Amino acid sequence: MADISSTPQDSGSSSRRDETATMSSRQGTRARLQFPHPPARPDQKADFSAIVVPEAGILPVPPLDIDASGCRELAVGMVRVLDKNNRPVGPWADYLGDLSADRLRLGLRDMLKMRAIDRRMLNAQRQGKTSFYLQCTGEEAIGCCFQRELSQGDMNFPTYRQQTLLVAADYPLEQLMGQLYSNELDPLKGRQLPIMHSARDYGFFSISGNLGTQYVQAVGWAMAAALTGTGKIAAGWIGDGATASNDFHSALLTASVYMPPVVLNVVNNQWAISTYTGIAAGKSETYAARALGYGIPALRVDGNDYLAVMAVSRWAIERARQGHGPVLIEWFTYRAAAHSTSDDPSAYRPRDEARAWPLGDPIDRLKAHLIARGDWSEERHVQAEAEILDEVTAVQKAVEAHGTFVDPQPISPAEIFLNVYADMPEHLRRQRQEMGY
Amino acid sequence: MARMTMIEALRSAMDVKLGDDPSVIVFGEDVGYFGGVFRCTAGLQARYGEERVFDTPINESAIVGMAVGMAAQGMRPCVEIQFADYVFPAYDQITQEAARLRHRSNGQFTCPLVVRMPTGGGIFGGQTHSQSPEALFTHVAGLKVVIPSNPYDAKGLLIAAIEDPDPVIFLEPKRIYNGPFAGDPHGKSVPWSAHPAGDVPEEHYSIPLGKAAIRRQGSAVTVLAYGTMVHVAEATVEQTGIDAEIIDLRTLLPLDLDTIRASVAKTGRCVVIHEATRTSGFGAELIAEVQEACFWHLRAPIQRVAGWDAPYPHAQEWDYFPGPDRIARALQQAMEA
Ligand SMILES: Cc1ncc(C[n+]2csc(CCOP(=O)(O)OP(=O)(O)O)c2C)c(N)n1
Ligand SMILES: [Mg+2]
Repeated sequence: MADISSTPQDSGSSSRRDETATMSSRQGTRARLQFPHPPARPDQKADFSAIVVPEAGILPVPPLDIDASGCRELAVGMVRVLDKNNRPVGPWADYLGDLSADRLRLGLRDMLKMRAIDRRMLNAQRQGKTSFYLQCTGEEAIGCCFQRELSQGDMNFPTYRQQTLLVAADYPLEQLMGQLYSNELDPLKGRQLPIMHSARDYGFFSISGNLGTQYVQAVGWAMAAALTGTGKIAAGWIGDGATASNDFHSALLTASVYMPPVVLNVVNNQWAISTYTGIAAGKSETYAARALGYGIPALRVDGNDYLAVMAVSRWAIERARQGHGPVLIEWFTYRAAAHSTSDDPSAYRPRDEARAWPLGDPIDRLKAHLIARGDWSEERHVQAEAEILDEVTAVQKAVEAHGTFVDPQPISPAEIFLNVYADMPEHLRRQRQEMGY
Repeated sequence: MARMTMIEALRSAMDVKLGDDPSVIVFGEDVGYFGGVFRCTAGLQARYGEERVFDTPINESAIVGMAVGMAAQGMRPCVEIQFADYVFPAYDQITQEAARLRHRSNGQFTCPLVVRMPTGGGIFGGQTHSQSPEALFTHVAGLKVVIPSNPYDAKGLLIAAIEDPDPVIFLEPKRIYNGPFAGDPHGKSVPWSAHPAGDVPEEHYSIPLGKAAIRRQGSAVTVLAYGTMVHVAEATVEQTGIDAEIIDLRTLLPLDLDTIRASVAKTGRCVVIHEATRTSGFGAELIAEVQEACFWHLRAPIQRVAGWDAPYPHAQEWDYFPGPDRIARALQQAMEA
């Protein structure tokens, strides 16, 4: 029956069908684009099930002169030192050796101070005393600990979320807050945004608002240090989102070509304002793994584990200082607070996401470790928190006496024209006069 | 008619174009799910899907570079740069690629794209959230440069920009996203709903590129302004009682010289105002054009009010911003000479 019913017309149309089939197989099926999605949005339950948290203590400490080719497991795994019982374990714990209780309590103090400052300044912004603020909640261990491992004369090239470096460098709070209030104590004379500090003597390069630019500058600073033989190193800092910038790749390339003494830090806090980290990562396994393609050794580290931060910072800084070239560290962490005072994260991520973060809170974990060692207690912690808050509040009050945005004691407008050039050109002199100063 | 802020009007323009032209596509940093840090694209991804409205990595040259590739094939990308201060990584793609593609390929490839970006100061944004880079684009052959001063114009101009066959730089004065600004930071803030230009039709309409608007008829002096400064100029003219004619340029490139010429021929005096730094600013171009076109009508030197030649400061914002006092002085000088 089928044969009989098969008319010439039918066979004609079936041959056309074949032709269409051949054409479509030549053209392929329609390519579909990928649009990476975060694990959960506001109406969903926080979900970090895709994040693999390896056991503490399983990764080796590589030789200081390791090549990228030997770094794969370090770049896709995660260096962790504190185990479930808050005890240090494994090769990186051995690398640290015996740590004094004082050193660890200093770390805890730095982080508590950082958190107290963030809290007070957020509050000040809400009261209109400063125009803008931005917290680093959840990321305190990274900068606080890294800075303590640097030497005088080393230079950080930070982003706006590394106020931790300033706190651990014992940058005077009067200056930090003076800038936040844009009063006469502001070392940058009101020119910069409140949070965009610059503190050369404290190893803190002038922050730019333009993401990524500092990363390749860190390479240049490190090259100059090598060329002039200062023995100092540079440390670049960048967020996960900003690794997408051209300058991130420029930095990796030039670091790979010239092998300068630079530690390239990526703070992967999972978010770039409302944008999920997958939009910056694409199909890369980790940010650390990306550096391997440039021939730069790289490690991924639990950034909420103060001891892991200490061990890897010490190792990387030593590697750079001994002349083995660049290294990239991906600090795995979570931005627990809003991006800034202009942001409301409940519009793009679950409210409870920070609580679901599998790597916990850096302060809680170091505190638990110190208690497990017998060098700390709940009572001492509560007392220390209160003392530090008092200290910070006392400085804040003193700084506020010099003026805030609510009660301004303005910096001279003439400051606008100073330091544009080393010598003020005639046309700026004229403009300053026109302004009346 | 609906009452819209400038943000809503811009969103409505993109909504209309996404709806009536499948080749229109919108992307940028935080633009997709969240709808942009200024909320200009809020709701568009939910409405049109991720293939039409999406988030990008933080790489401005990639944003514009992708748009160039898409536009060359006939799509109409309308991309967002989060702040005009962050457009510079894309400067190469915009000025060397998008601007010249038509010319260098003799029309084989063209570049009908729009690059939107918030511009200007007035929000205590410091040097990296306050700049006005229009002159860095008006200096480039092949680009069009647009800057609206109210919601009605914003929508009509953005639709025209998306429909334009060539690349358009679309600058959005962020100080007036939510309401006009008279230049006094301590003054009462006025919402767009209280301003006639806050009346915006829901449907499609366009305002031709290259056409200025006369905001106030007058006979004593011609004021050339755009963006936020249109409102500051209007308020200052009101305060001084000078019978100024205020021209809102709306499109800087190509420039509506006919409207300018007719006005200056009538008034014989001219004041040029912009927020951007003075030296080599767009005001210099305006002054040169007015001088060439109207020399024999001029009764006084042309006055210029602009940002000081220094980076935009944070705390001294209102000493830097060319506000009513400086504009009033320039108007007086133009009148006295
Ligand atoms: C060149 C540039 N583009 C865009 C911005 C706007 N912006 C400021 S912060 C930010 C997100 C950065 O995220 P990430 O690098 O992950 O750092 P985090 O805020 O998480 O610390 C964006 C897009 C900018 N500052 N510079
Ligand atoms: Mg981030």
